[in-house]
Amino acid sequence: MQEIYTLLSITLGAILSNNFIFSQFLGICPFLGVSKKVDTAVGMGIAVTFVMGLASAITWLVNEYILVTLGLGYMQTVAFILVIASLVQFIEMFLQKSMPSLYTALGVYLPLITTNCAVLGVALLNIQNNYSFIESVVYGITGGLGFLLAIVLFASIRERLVFADYPKNWDGFPIALVTAGLMALAFMGFSGLKVW
Amino acid sequence: MNLGKQFKEGLITNNPVLVQVLGMCSTMAITTSFFNGLGMGLAVLVILTLSNVIISAIRKIVPDKIRIAMFIVVIAGFVTMVDLLIQAFLPDLAKSLGVFIPLIVVNCIILGRAESFSYKNGVVASFFDGIFQGFGYTVVLLIMCIIRELLGAGTFGGGILGPVNAAGTHMGIQIIPSQFPIGMLTLPVGGFLVLGTLIAAMQWALSKSKNKEESK
Repeated sequence: MQEIYTLLSITLGAILSNNFIFSQFLGICPFLGVSKKVDTAVGMGIAVTFVMGLASAITWLVNEYILVTLGLGYMQTVAFILVIASLVQFIEMFLQKSMPSLYTALGVYLPLITTNCAVLGVALLNIQNNYSFIESVVYGITGGLGFLLAIVLFASIRERLVFADYPKNWDGFPIALVTAGLMALAFMGFSGLKVW
Repeated sequence: MNLGKQFKEGLITNNPVLVQVLGMCSTMAITTSFFNGLGMGLAVLVILTLSNVIISAIRKIVPDKIRIAMFIVVIAGFVTMVDLLIQAFLPDLAKSLGVFIPLIVVNCIILGRAESFSYKNGVVASFFDGIFQGFGYTVVLLIMCIIRELLGAGTFGGGILGPVNAAGTHMGIQIIPSQFPIGMLTLPVGGFLVLGTLIAAMQWALSKSKNKEESK
């Protein structure tokens, strides 16, 4: 039972109270770059969730069975970024061969994910927080879901921003950042959410 | 090669944060105290300069297709070195920057400069590009730190100056009495709002100077 509670609190934390975008500032570049339309935002969110889940699992195994066993802890950053880059490349080739429909839907976003700091961030945080294998995978997937939630909400607001009347100098990134700031304020409300 | 022009580009007209809008994650996350901003800015400056030089030096022998992978390996190597040096000599800084030091690997400023500048230009020009772009980044970080710290906590120079608290860190010099500051600005919300305002101010300034040139 205790384990289930731990997993539930990781889930709630990753999606709401400790959202990767709004409270940890990880993955801001794709969050601002790929959020002009809801459709593309959904595609990006799903791709990120997928890669974050897989990357958490593989980097955990790499760390536990290769880096720690050989005493190469200081190579963590280099090893992880290489794992993530090759993982993304691999997923791309695999999807192209076996699931062409999903590949065309995600196609453009997959290469971008290599430099998404949320992916490397979740891999490093798993190790820093001493998570077990299951906890790491759950943290990766739910962190991705938190990103999906944030980017879809944000894209919906940005679509409406076209009709808003704001000073010309705020065009583009500034108004998007202010919107994101107000959303972060709303997400702060979740910080009191400590059920367990 | 035009050093003055490169300097102006790095600091103002092509500033990595305010104009190219790169490297946002670290910009917003760590600008809560002066010491953090200075440390992060200098770390990025050093890594950017070194990786620019190396990438520019090997640009003729790297095949076009695997260049991104090569860039990432070079950058990751330097980031690991800087990370270990900071952990060894500045443990306080390592603690407060946390996961954001290894995350310099995926800071888009460094990869962006590798792709758009040092892969196409000579070693000396890339060296100065790294210094000037890194300097532009550091200046923006410091401006954000000063605004967020002053309005959010009412202090200046947290981490280096002022009285020491129980945990052994410097609290900064109190400028605004402690009951007045807007605490929200030191939280994530403040990062978004302050950076948005700064970019808007930059767009205003750039459009104004452009109008002036056109009317001449």
